[in-house]
Amino acid sequence: METKNNLKAWFYLAPMLILMAVFTFYPLINAFIISFYKDYLPLANNGTGSISGYTLHNYVVIFKNQLFWKAILNTFVLAFVSVPVSIIVSLFISVSLKAIPKLKGFFQTVFFLPYVTNAIAVGMAFAVLFHKDYGLFNVVLGLFKITPIDWIGGTASWWAQMSALMVFTIWSSLAFKILVFTSGLENIDKQYYDAARIDSASKWTIFKRITVPLLSPLILYISITSLIGALKAYNSVIGLFGEKLGGQPYSMITIVAFVYKYRADFAFQGFYSYAASAAIILFFITLIFSVLQTMVSRSRVHY
Amino acid sequence: MSDIYVKNEKSYRAKKITFNVLTYLFLIAIAIAILIPFYWMLLTSMKSDELMRRIPPLLWLNPKEWQLSNYYRLFELVASGPRRGEPLFPFFTYMRNTVVISIITTAGTMITTVLSAFAFARLNFKGRDILFAILIGTMMIPGEIFILTNFLTINRMGWYDIMNQSYMDVIFAMTLPFMTSVFYIFYLRQTFKQIPNELYYAAKVDGTSNFQYLLKIMIPIALPTIITITILNSMGAWNAYIWPAMITTKDEFRLVSNGLRGAFTDTGTGRTDYGQQMASATLVTLPLLILFFTFRKQIMRGVSRSGIKG
Repeated sequence: METKNNLKAWFYLAPMLILMAVFTFYPLINAFIISFYKDYLPLANNGTGSISGYTLHNYVVIFKNQLFWKAILNTFVLAFVSVPVSIIVSLFISVSLKAIPKLKGFFQTVFFLPYVTNAIAVGMAFAVLFHKDYGLFNVVLGLFKITPIDWIGGTASWWAQMSALMVFTIWSSLAFKILVFTSGLENIDKQYYDAARIDSASKWTIFKRITVPLLSPLILYISITSLIGALKAYNSVIGLFGEKLGGQPYSMITIVAFVYKYRADFAFQGFYSYAASAAIILFFITLIFSVLQTMVSRSRVHY
Repeated sequence: MSDIYVKNEKSYRAKKITFNVLTYLFLIAIAIAILIPFYWMLLTSMKSDELMRRIPPLLWLNPKEWQLSNYYRLFELVASGPRRGEPLFPFFTYMRNTVVISIITTAGTMITTVLSAFAFARLNFKGRDILFAILIGTMMIPGEIFILTNFLTINRMGWYDIMNQSYMDVIFAMTLPFMTSVFYIFYLRQTFKQIPNELYYAAKVDGTSNFQYLLKIMIPIALPTIITITILNSMGAWNAYIWPAMITTKDEFRLVSNGLRGAFTDTGTGRTDYGQQMASATLVTLPLLILFFTFRKQIMRGVSRSGIKG
């Protein structure tokens, strides 16, 4: 009874396809091309741009750029620490929520609040929390007789700045994970837990042997999508440190911030191509994780 | 025999109570950690200059010491400089822009999403599965890649006119690139697919066209999903930072996020007015929180769906 609706279907798809062709597919291909332009000036010739040929040199330039390696280092440290930590913490929170049916709704709402806030506004609030003189963090540390630390200011060490950024990033990313894991837990068949209770298994054993294995496909999926998200960190850095991108200029630069820095300097010959090259490198880094994810979800290993 | 039983029962209950207490303590500690930044934001925004400069900082303000002068001062007009005669923080202008952009983007997104989700869920056409797979594939691509060319496209369209940018230019530039969402198409397609085939065939027999069927049957049935998508999508403009900063040439065209950062730091001395900064942050956070508490269920359901795909 299925009828072919070829022409009609494309008619329904047209608005989406036209917009995506212009603003998604063409830009994707064009970013590759821009990354190979030589001496590119994008707004020259009344906006048509000018080049003097094609080259691989842009990639060489950014690979020799110390700022680029700093961006890679910052981004990777941030992503590979904040994602596992926030996953473990949100797992514990979700399991705890399951144990207290009474106030579950209340806590869930509170935990979700960071999701519905503006990253810049809350980042600024964190900047005040981490302020050397006016911040709450140093007050708390003072209780343990620790002298005030400069977390985000001009004299802050890389470790201090990274810790502050990490705390903010984890704080913001818990909401989504708690919500997803909580609904994932609701879908686990009660039989497993009943069986475990008959065997008088301890809470830790139940967590280790039932909850985590049955949730593992979801945990893996969330780990990889969060990792890809964390590799694109930018708004959080702006929120916490401002346009300076760190306590010292660029000390907390990320790959995306690197792309935007060179994009903003489009008036300089070739800078737009550096931005494109860095964006392409980010594309391939995320692609690796996307491929990993499809492989993982295809194998669908539970245990 | 019964003694042992009672003893075990007691220790079991004691264990259970301890466990529950620990669970509550853990959750309360996390809840406090989640709420502290909001508290500090509000507290700082209500401190006077003199109280702000106290070291160590005051952790609590007596209601008598609360003051809103930081909020008032946001709306005071700038006395000199390039922004002379404008409010220090043009909150209402930014809000209006954000709401306008949010409504237009969401309306556009709904049209493209409903039409394509219908095609993918209900119509049978050549290349459907391949096209759908390609679209899903684009979800993982970092948006930063698109921005580079989109900026040039906007410029070529004449919407990034440094000398003479109009509000219409800004609206086109800010909304058109964001009027499609593969995730929402995916989400709505799932909902559409759950509508039984029999309804479709019955409508066909009655001579109803595809479009009428979509309008009169599918959209009403899928309304909860459509509402969820609308709310989630309209929140996007609040967090947009880099794109509006990139394609606007005048301050009056910007969105809420753009005005926040850097607005309260004296460029000469480098000193920041934290009281005013936190007052503006509170103003920007408030509308989103109100929206959240109004549509809590829809928002949380929609977001949890985006985690558990399929």
